Amino acid sequence: MVLVFAESPRGQFKKSSYEAVTYGKKVADLLGTSCIALTLGTTKDAGELGRYGATKVLSIPDASFDTFDSQSYASAISEIAKSNNANVVVLSHTSTGKSVAGRVAVRLNAGLVSGVNSLPTTSGAALRVKKSVFSGKAIAEYEISSEVKVLSLMGNAVKPENLGSAVTVETVSVASAKGRVRVKSVKTQEGTVPLPEAEIVVSAGRGMKGPENWGMVESLAATLGATTACSRPVADAHWRPHHEHVGQTGIAIRPNLYIAIGISGAIQHLAGVNNSKVIVVINKDAEAPFFKAADYGVVGDLFEIVPRLDEAFKKFKAG
Amino acid sequence: MKLLVCISQTPDTTSKISFNANGTEFNAAGVQFIMNPYDEWYALVRACELREALGGTVVALNVGPAANETTIRKALAIGADEAVRIDCEPNGAGFVAKQIAEYARAENFDIIFFGKETIDHNGSEVGAMVAEHLDLPYVSYASKLDLNGSTATLERDIEGGVEVLEVDLPFVLSAAKGMAEQRIPNMRGIMTARSKPLKEVPAVAFEDSAKAVQFSLPPAKAGVKLIQPDQMDELVRLLHEEAKII
Ligand SMILES: Cc1cc2nc3c(=O)[nH]c(=O)nc-3n(C[C@H](O)[C@H](O)[C@H](O)COP(=O)(O)OP(=O)(O)OC[C@H]3O[C@@H](n4cnc5c(N)ncnc54)[C@H](O)[C@@H]3O)c2cc1C
Repeated sequence: MVLVFAESPRGQFKKSSYEAVTYGKKVADLLGTSCIALTLGTTKDAGELGRYGATKVLSIPDASFDTFDSQSYASAISEIAKSNNANVVVLSHTSTGKSVAGRVAVRLNAGLVSGVNSLPTTSGAALRVKKSVFSGKAIAEYEISSEVKVLSLMGNAVKPENLGSAVTVETVSVASAKGRVRVKSVKTQEGTVPLPEAEIVVSAGRGMKGPENWGMVESLAATLGATTACSRPVADAHWRPHHEHVGQTGIAIRPNLYIAIGISGAIQHLAGVNNSKVIVVINKDAEAPFFKAADYGVVGDLFEIVPRLDEAFKKFKAG
Repeated sequence: MKLLVCISQTPDTTSKISFNANGTEFNAAGVQFIMNPYDEWYALVRACELREALGGTVVALNVGPAANETTIRKALAIGADEAVRIDCEPNGAGFVAKQIAEYARAENFDIIFFGKETIDHNGSEVGAMVAEHLDLPYVSYASKLDLNGSTATLERDIEGGVEVLEVDLPFVLSAAKGMAEQRIPNMRGIMTARSKPLKEVPAVAFEDSAKAVQFSLPPAKAGVKLIQPDQMDELVRLLHEEAKII
């Protein structure tokens, strides 16, 4: 059995949860077994996870799980994995998954590969699975030989797919370890898709000259339903908020489309974005290193090009 | 206050990454190795700041071969009081976590620091594993840490925001941007680092059941397709019809 932990921070499933269930179902098919999803805390519509391929949804609606603690989460996930004889445990490679996957692996005496980005293959009783390493500069294939295997799935690596229909939710309980972390508050930006989950990212760098010029970047992002990002010097100079900083020191993302405006494409910047599926670079310097990592490029003045591109997308959207 | 900072050694950010002909081993020839940036800039510096404010000891720990001693001395130059090297090839996150946990178990550290991930394996695994081995709370991607007696207040980066939380000592954390500012070791630091204690500890036996067996380079990009600045409708068309992403 493949057990998928489907995260539901503040009661809501995330795109990454649906991706994890889709992935879990495909791993289950590969192993000729079933896929069971687990939710912790208060959730709405947990049965919907069936649509992504879970044949059963287990829910522990204990309110103590409504705030996150890696110990109580890992303990519950491991107990459910044991009592259901899970061969594989799938988590999302998110802030929650990164805190929990290592703990679950230790508890289950399991080999862990975190941030996997494609389906495994079997090699006897072992599983082989790939992930991106060296900040996107290489790919490593891991072999997991333990009886139980733990995988955490990189965001945007698989698309949520319709692989079943809604199922009934079974409420269960476990004697899990008590959390010792006291969450005081959670602050999130409302109304925008967080960068790690965004499918389209519009990012700008020092070529923008100053924060007062960001209106055109925001407008382009709004047209595309995209999330905005920036290079490190832009965040360091407080032209943009720190959470927008992508790259080696900021956050690593892998959207379907990354539009880089007035960013030179330094190696540390690329380390955070080079897993994007398609990269568009707008830069006045034809020698800018970013063009080497780009799929499409426009050489010219961003102050003319960005509004024009915005208009072109608007025309396209209007049909 | 007894603080442990676990430091990893990784290839320099700008290194060209290559492997042997059959892709089974990293090619270290000509590669410069550094302290993993997040371990250095955020974890180690914050630990030193806390020691400076509250007293105590900062121990820097590396799981690795003798060749890593340059990196370990740098941690001492930045401000760690003493260092420990667990002598072995650091083969896999599970293996490294086991080594650290076995060492730390008897030492009763108040806080065990990690960086948010290493820039070579990008795993973010070891901190959580050590916390589990030692049955301690774990706060990952911490971007702020303050202490008030035996209680810590932290901010933790989550998708699209931060979580503010409290936890009592002892606990384990992984440090992200915001926790501290990079420190360049000064001359005095470099001089005193030479005489600070660096203890070598033997590794314990442990078989990691997840192993990297095959490396490859990502497929080369087809090359950039340039579009004239006055042809933005054409760019949109390509993104729609050729790249199929809008
Ligand atoms: C250890 C380390 C870690 C780092 N981590 C990160 C990181 O996480 N993220 C990150 O981004 N950087 C990081 N950096 C910094 C990185 O090396 C670069 O300095 C930085 O990415 C440059 O930002 P930029 O491209 O916005 O600015 P610049 O390099 O100044 O580039 C500006 C670009 O804008 C173009 N431009 C200017 N005017 C126009 C115009 N009118 N129209 C079109 N184009 C124009 C220029 O041709 C140029 O290419 C790190 C550096 C180090 C040493």
